[in-house]
Amino acid sequence: MAGTGSAHLRPVDEVLVSIRDLVVEYPVVGRRTVKAVSGISLDIGVGETLGLVGESGCGKSTTGRAIIQLPPPTSGSVVFDGVELTGLSEKEMRRRRTDLQMIFQDPISSLNPRRRIGDIVAEPLDVWGPHDAAEQARMVDEMLDAVGIDPGVARDKRPHEFSGGQCQRISIARSLVLGPRLLICDEPVSALDVSVQAQILNLLRDLKEEYNLTLVFIAHDLAVIKNISDRVAVMYLGKLCEIAGSDDLYANAAHPYTEVLLGANPEPDPGAHLDFEAIDVVELPSPIDPPSGCRFRTRCVHASDLCAAEEPQIRRVAGDHYVACHHPLVAVPG
Amino acid sequence: MKEDRVAADALTAGTGSTAGAPLISVEDLHTSFHVAEGEVKAVSGVSFTLDRGQTLGIVGESGSGKTVLARSIMRLNLGSNVVTTGSAVFEGRDLLGLSSADMRSLWGTELAMVFQDPMTSLNPLVRVGRQVTEHLRQHFGVSRAAARQTAIDLLTEVRIPDAEVRLRAFPHELSGGMRQRVSIAIALACEPAVLFADEPTTALDVTVQHQILNLLGREQRERQMAMVLVTHDLGVVAGRTDETIVMYAGKVVEQAPTGRLFSDMRHPYSEALLRSIPRIGQPSHTRLAAITGRPPDLVNPPSGCSFSPRCPYVQARCVEEAPPLAATDDPDHRFACWTPVGSPEARDSFGRNLAAGLPQTVVVGGAVAGRSQGLADTIADDGAGA
Repeated sequence: MAGTGSAHLRPVDEVLVSIRDLVVEYPVVGRRTVKAVSGISLDIGVGETLGLVGESGCGKSTTGRAIIQLPPPTSGSVVFDGVELTGLSEKEMRRRRTDLQMIFQDPISSLNPRRRIGDIVAEPLDVWGPHDAAEQARMVDEMLDAVGIDPGVARDKRPHEFSGGQCQRISIARSLVLGPRLLICDEPVSALDVSVQAQILNLLRDLKEEYNLTLVFIAHDLAVIKNISDRVAVMYLGKLCEIAGSDDLYANAAHPYTEVLLGANPEPDPGAHLDFEAIDVVELPSPIDPPSGCRFRTRCVHASDLCAAEEPQIRRVAGDHYVACHHPLVAVPG
Repeated sequence: MKEDRVAADALTAGTGSTAGAPLISVEDLHTSFHVAEGEVKAVSGVSFTLDRGQTLGIVGESGSGKTVLARSIMRLNLGSNVVTTGSAVFEGRDLLGLSSADMRSLWGTELAMVFQDPMTSLNPLVRVGRQVTEHLRQHFGVSRAAARQTAIDLLTEVRIPDAEVRLRAFPHELSGGMRQRVSIAIALACEPAVLFADEPTTALDVTVQHQILNLLGREQRERQMAMVLVTHDLGVVAGRTDETIVMYAGKVVEQAPTGRLFSDMRHPYSEALLRSIPRIGQPSHTRLAAITGRPPDLVNPPSGCSFSPRCPYVQARCVEEAPPLAATDDPDHRFACWTPVGSPEARDSFGRNLAAGLPQTVVVGGAVAGRSQGLADTIADDGAGA
């Protein structure tokens, strides 16, 4: 799975974000490096929702953060609306970030517990304006209203007075108050109950329409990813495995890892076949010393000598469906 | 010692003195917390029985009382403001009446628990090996060497690689899934009769969740344990539990053998929970039928049925009078609702509520309030309508 290559990319002038050969590495003790992301290329069209899915440690959150340069990637390029972000100065990047916003997994800890909701949502406006208090209050109220929070009730309260789902709504209001074009959602519903999760997913879809947003949606839950995304990219250990339109991916999974993920999803159907003996507890290989060739080969039932020797390149399956695998599960032309 | 008990059970079963008596029998359990605002009725009148080798799922949203229920039976709700009434009889003894010392002799040996967050439930300062052997040494006075060997066996059994080396590890040196497997090893160490698993996989990845649930299921079957699986996800209980209890606002709203619950769901809340789950089988961008509103205030619960403010089938009677938990034609399947899913009453009130523009009804949208089509078809319709 190690997929590298750029067969799946569209021309830069047709997309909002273009990520090329993104590499993010962190130094750790002993002069070693954690290879969190190793050569990912992706692009995101205007108004598109791109889902990033994979297990913990696959580099999906690191990829999301690298787009907004938090921290800047080790190498590679991120072009947003024609501007190369990796070359910008800190000051220029700050200005740019008004167009790129992010929401996080834990809605309660991402809000300052000592501040009032009205001030939390107004903070981006304090930095970038308008600085007129009445105008700010109007924008904050409008935004809170848009995410389904009653501004009259909420404005003077603090985060602990709200449930997890409401705090996530407030986070969304804060991220949208500057009118960004790209919203990166890092596991925004993983900490929420199923019923609240559905509310937030519906809300994000509505806001996307209303504010013409482009979304990057990061999650480990395949059903959630399918529900919200136009295209889905499956990642494993810092590499791209498969990318396709979301209906296509689930109907014709080509990568063995995608199939593993699909098999693990708990379906609310008592008739579904459950194999209790299938406890193949295989630990994720270390990102400090990842396997040679295809990084998924240590867990893959189809692995061969070729997989250890050579990293698979991204190839087209059909339409906009691409896979990086030597032994894909569906026929790949050429 | 465990063998003795099993043998004794076989004897008593033979003589018929306790034959047919369930392993755990909970009757009319109530738990309240007294806080400044008043009395929080976290659990109100829950009853169930559980036999050896059986699994029970308890499902509901945050605040439905499912965790408090499990902790009440385990006697883990500490504090002078907690009041628990009713009974929870385990092998002939009412747990709610036992002294702390008696409870302590049951914790680990007979009743064990796996918690949601393995990072906070394990002691960060104590090596894994000692945490696994603590119960064995404490309760059975097992020698250090024998306990160590048992710990290695247990860790191997829960699929921890290099168990001997891992005994020396601290919890922070293990991944989340490995920590949860250590928690399971600790819970299984003294071969308990009942295992409570409180959201054991909520903090974990789907693949790890799958492994942990399979592991729990296998251990439960091999050891003939009874298991209570507490979760907010109906997808987790499907196929993994024999019976399921759906809780809302501290009350049981529906209780049935799990297969029957899914094939013949009667309570609107059970249906709403199932509808709100995104499914892999649905087309992308299917609008989810979220449950509108929030769970009720448990200090001042709404009059009548506590789900009525969020129910698409609500009618006047629901607000005036709380429905009792009554059996269907199958005595094992009980639900508390005046307008059950698929009934003519539900169909009538759904139409009325839709015309009146009630938000909870509009969310469900075109979905037909009828069971004539079956739930699967209704969900498919949701997809087509989106």
